[in-house]
Amino acid sequence: MNEERAKPKVSPKREPMTRQDPHVRRHNFEEVALGYTEEQAVREAQRCLSCKKKPCVSGCPVEIEIPEFVKFIAERRFQEAIDKIHEKNSLPAICGRVCPQEDQCEKMCILGKKWEPLAIGRLERFVADYEMRKGEINIPKLPTPTGKKVAVVGSGPAGLTLAGDLAKMGHHVVIFEALHAPGGVLVYGIPEFRLPKEIVRKEVEYIKKLGVEVVTNFVVGKTRTIEELLRDGFDAVFVGAGAGLPYFMNIPGENLNGVYSANEFLTRSNLMKAYLFPEYDTPIKVGRRVAVVGGGNVAMDSARTAMRLGGEEVYCVYRRSRAEMPAREEEIENALEEGMILKELTNPVRIIGDENGWVREIECIKMKLGEPDSSGRRRPVPIEGSEFRLGVDVVVIAIGQGPNPLIPSTTPGLKTTKWGNIIAEEQTGATSLEGVFAGGDIVTGAATVILAMGAGRRAARAIDEYLRKK
Amino acid sequence: MFKILRKEVLTPQTKLFVVEAPLIATKVEPGQFVVLRIDEKGERIPLTVADFDREKGTLTLIFQEVGKTTYHLGTLNEGDAILDLVGPLGRPSEIENFGKVACVGGGIGIAPVYPIARALKAAGNEVISIIGARSKDLLILEKEMAEVSHEIYVTTDDGSYGKKAFVTQELERLIKEGYRFAFAIGIGPVPMMKAFALVTTRYAIPAKVSLNPIMVDGTGMCGVCRVSVSGVTRFACVDGPEFDASEVDFDLLTARQRIYCEEERQSLERYQQSKCGGCERE
Repeated sequence: MNEERAKPKVSPKREPMTRQDPHVRRHNFEEVALGYTEEQAVREAQRCLSCKKKPCVSGCPVEIEIPEFVKFIAERRFQEAIDKIHEKNSLPAICGRVCPQEDQCEKMCILGKKWEPLAIGRLERFVADYEMRKGEINIPKLPTPTGKKVAVVGSGPAGLTLAGDLAKMGHHVVIFEALHAPGGVLVYGIPEFRLPKEIVRKEVEYIKKLGVEVVTNFVVGKTRTIEELLRDGFDAVFVGAGAGLPYFMNIPGENLNGVYSANEFLTRSNLMKAYLFPEYDTPIKVGRRVAVVGGGNVAMDSARTAMRLGGEEVYCVYRRSRAEMPAREEEIENALEEGMILKELTNPVRIIGDENGWVREIECIKMKLGEPDSSGRRRPVPIEGSEFRLGVDVVVIAIGQGPNPLIPSTTPGLKTTKWGNIIAEEQTGATSLEGVFAGGDIVTGAATVILAMGAGRRAARAIDEYLRKK
Repeated sequence: MFKILRKEVLTPQTKLFVVEAPLIATKVEPGQFVVLRIDEKGERIPLTVADFDREKGTLTLIFQEVGKTTYHLGTLNEGDAILDLVGPLGRPSEIENFGKVACVGGGIGIAPVYPIARALKAAGNEVISIIGARSKDLLILEKEMAEVSHEIYVTTDDGSYGKKAFVTQELERLIKEGYRFAFAIGIGPVPMMKAFALVTTRYAIPAKVSLNPIMVDGTGMCGVCRVSVSGVTRFACVDGPEFDASEVDFDLLTARQRIYCEEERQSLERYQQSKCGGCERE
């Protein structure tokens, strides 16, 4: 075992989680991180100090009772552990996989002051998977129906969380999803190798078992407007429509064939299963050399997807340095291990095509870091005369997404920011329209799954209060 | 699931479905489209709505068999169902009383022109329709178009029916004869719409075309349908599908429609082989 000096009972290092070998996983869409065994989970859970202050709980946007569920794991009471999580989180198998725990619960962990913090995310995932493997999922006792109806726009993390919460409070919830499958970014955005779609499907099943109705192929703003939903008999509406508008760079050549928005690239692969073409009908182009522009999680997902689709040289072109990359460290490491080539301090200036309108090269300029900008990060400044070209077959633009204008543009009186985000109170999600609440990326701009869930949770409380007063 | 209530074979490669879709039927307006997916492994394709019946809750979809998905769709029959159908998407046509209007439809493009022509007539316009196809057996909706038009002109590329001409040549002939169009709509294959834009621009007629780029979600999320309109990138699914004819970059549209040429061919071949294999086994 490890050196056992200071605290003989606690290992300074967390239980490692087995992952697929990078050389193998680069060529498949199976999940990369394989999860803990029971033994590993129990050993890791025993590292918890069960401290009184529970700083980890304050780091969790949905306030899971972390020490309690961890204690259950340490005692091998796995079912009780997952029941404990389910009190606060309807989507634990998802959160255990994609939450940035290192910036939340685990960041607050006392163990982390000296050693590695408790692997809370991995433990959450372990018990969620434990219950899924068991096959039957415990449904909490539901209260007497209140007779109130709530419409939820979008079935992503904010909408699912809110729907689960409101159902547990006795309200009737109907989720309207524009695409043909529920899950929002969890199904169209996050790849299979990071979040298996079967997991999302099961989590949605859980929400449905709570009594929530899910209607797919329904575009709020088109099929029905929010005004009409309120007229149809819904007592409140929650808008969690997400950041569904891809940004482009507005550089020459962006409309060439072979230039994708990350949204399109990932939607084709994830939602439409283009990686199984021609068995599935949706095609996708990758070619041999791919440049992914951007440094966030979506960029990492795109680069790793490109490698799995056969891309041999996959570049990540990012205008700041690695230290400023907004992606999770773990995802950057995963991508680099798999062979992604990082071109930091590099900014595309134009994309060059051939005579048939296909991408051939991307011209970039080298950057250096100047004074800090409004975000506190040092502003990248171009180095004059440093232009160079990379030969590529495909370019994926992953520089961010904005709010989809479909709802604001069809909902008179719904106030938005100048960027088109819906203006909503942070603690309640209340918007400028009575009975209409909003949360998640459509309010905050592109952020994380768990932040959207937190917004859903807070809005659920506010909507419950609103409905009881109404 | 969206049930097919009626199927009509308009030409050997053009089929008409009347589909049960009450929610969409109550909202759809001329010019809008739907996105459909036939089954679990299918791709999402946009189809312009050719007609609708709000009371019966039905949509009429007309499509030409060009690739795997449309061929497969063509094999479905009355009583079968389409797995996913979503809409109405895109902006409706702007229907006003312009005065004398030209409704120009080429090939399969006649289908989306039909409800627009009908709405223009109902709004009080004098509707002059020009429809055409490559040859007689590819011409659709002649009777229906005649019913919603004050005058109708029919052309075929090979002269097998109507006048041997392109619809855009016929349009130009009418203009030269003194027809003063206050507005024109033209829908069809890209080369036809490009020629339509040239003619209407030449005679300074306000004109719209309805663009048909590749789409996935149809709600502005993926951006594959981007088109260049007076030099600005727009998403046809949410900003269109109709744009001012004179401002569209048709060459870009043509190039972008060909992105998946190779895969589409592969997919169609595979599908046709699998179908033949199926016959042999029977």
